[in-house]
Amino acid sequence: MNQIFKARVFRSEWRKLRRPTLFLGTMLASAGLTGLVTSLLFLLIDSPQGNSDRGNMISREILQLPSGLTIGFSNAAGLLGIVALCVFAAQTAQEYTYGTLRNLLVRQPRRLQLLLGKYVSMASFAIVMVILAAVVSMSLAFGLSGRAKVETDAWVTSDALQEMAKTFGNVLLSVIAFGTVGMILGLLLRSPISAISLGVIWLLIVENILVAVKSSLGNWMPGNLMSIIAVGGTTDISYTHAISMVSIYLVASTAIVITLFKRRDVSN
Amino acid sequence: MVGMSNLAVAVQDLSKKYGDTFAVSHANFEVPMGTVCGFVGPNGSGKTTTIRMLLGLISPTGGTGEILGHSIKHPEKYLASVGAMIEGPAFYPALTGRENLNVLATLGGYGTDHVQSLLERVGLGDRGNSKYKTYSLGMKQRLGIAASLLPNPKLLILDEPTNGLDPEGIQEVRDLLKSLAQEGTTVFVSSHLLSELELISQHLVMLRKGKVLFAGKIEDLFLAQQPFILVKTPNESDLPKISEIAAAAGHKSTIRSGVAHIEGPAEWAAELNKSAFAMGITLSQLSPMLPSLEETFFEMTGDSE
Repeated sequence: MNQIFKARVFRSEWRKLRRPTLFLGTMLASAGLTGLVTSLLFLLIDSPQGNSDRGNMISREILQLPSGLTIGFSNAAGLLGIVALCVFAAQTAQEYTYGTLRNLLVRQPRRLQLLLGKYVSMASFAIVMVILAAVVSMSLAFGLSGRAKVETDAWVTSDALQEMAKTFGNVLLSVIAFGTVGMILGLLLRSPISAISLGVIWLLIVENILVAVKSSLGNWMPGNLMSIIAVGGTTDISYTHAISMVSIYLVASTAIVITLFKRRDVSN
Repeated sequence: MVGMSNLAVAVQDLSKKYGDTFAVSHANFEVPMGTVCGFVGPNGSGKTTTIRMLLGLISPTGGTGEILGHSIKHPEKYLASVGAMIEGPAFYPALTGRENLNVLATLGGYGTDHVQSLLERVGLGDRGNSKYKTYSLGMKQRLGIAASLLPNPKLLILDEPTNGLDPEGIQEVRDLLKSLAQEGTTVFVSSHLLSELELISQHLVMLRKGKVLFAGKIEDLFLAQQPFILVKTPNESDLPKISEIAAAAGHKSTIRSGVAHIEGPAEWAAELNKSAFAMGITLSQLSPMLPSLEETFFEMTGDSE
């Protein structure tokens, strides 16, 4: 019985998510951003200003490795995460601003199931988004490899397939974590504009300023850690540390918003 | 007292407090099954807060309530049989009317097969594929009513369903509510259009400043009110004599705008006519009346607005 209720919420939520402006707009944005990051990676391969984020250089030798095929994709994860954050935050907070939450709760009074159904449907939306981004990025990588004089022999090996699966999993985890932050902010602030503004300003500006002032803060900043999950860890911050910290942050804040959502009066 | 199994709504001492202020204070009322019950009160009297508590959207501070035999603490046990429109319609502007209903039909597990028939029932059959943001206020209100009918409800709770509707639309809503009641649906409807509620309601719950002033059959309310007789004469100068006849019979009267208002039962009108004739006064109007719901409401609430 419980399962049926969740499926109803899931299908109902998808009726909103599949509207052309939202669905096509988000997919185009994700494909465009991933395509841009991947294109720059190959087109600027010989540029002295670098071809990756923050002017980093990713050489031809690294791109020719089995993991080279998905570097563009994993580098775009932060941007995909921001897109997911916006979608999750908007879809959650708009229920308050439109006043539609009361309709939803009359038709599904089990608040936890409503929240879970919404979350699972948005997570599945994020999966579609990440699959599309992966396809666009890898297609572009193959397409631009000739021009960038990057050998692709290692990209079609079983090692490459393993790397691809691992990177896809990590990017997906990272994107869904960003999205979860969006949903949490949406539930807390109950306004799409406030939730998106706060999320984007914190993740793109405040964290970068804090890390620039004191680099060790990068170990604790949620946005930085979620991006590190996407690339499978860095020399400074391990994958395990990033996963652990992000899990702690998300579990704690999710517990708070679930409690609030279950108990809070639904009024204007 | 109606048996509990015959009650669609029953609340005892239901209260909601915000800070030090009671939005609803110790409300007690019952709505029998299969009736149309009007829920009236001025703005801020606690109508919407009460409705929100009945629908499980807000928690009561105190008291208890039952909907269709289930405690309001467990809205999941009765909401599948309840249709509701609270505080006007609220839908997704970028979706069409039909898609908006589909969202709620899917969520409630009702299927989307009868969405078109519902759109037609509320007069939106040809506008179902238009985006909600293009709807007029009246059309939005109709869509809200259609959404409330999705579960084929045993109990329909509507908060100001005629807001924004033109006279024709108001008539249609009135007919719709009447037909639903005839089909056995209990309708609990709040409105500030008291004359509308008077036409369709058998029961009434009257609220002011969070307190229930009256709850019961509408005829019981009127029976408790003072009937009066309106008298007009061709010559206005005869009206003081009419007042004298009334005073002699122990009835209070006032003269306003060329009409004598005499507090007295309908049966005394014939006696008055006889006395006036004996004094050579011709009456051009002699109308025994009961106060309207609006007049009764204002009298009970002491509100002249």
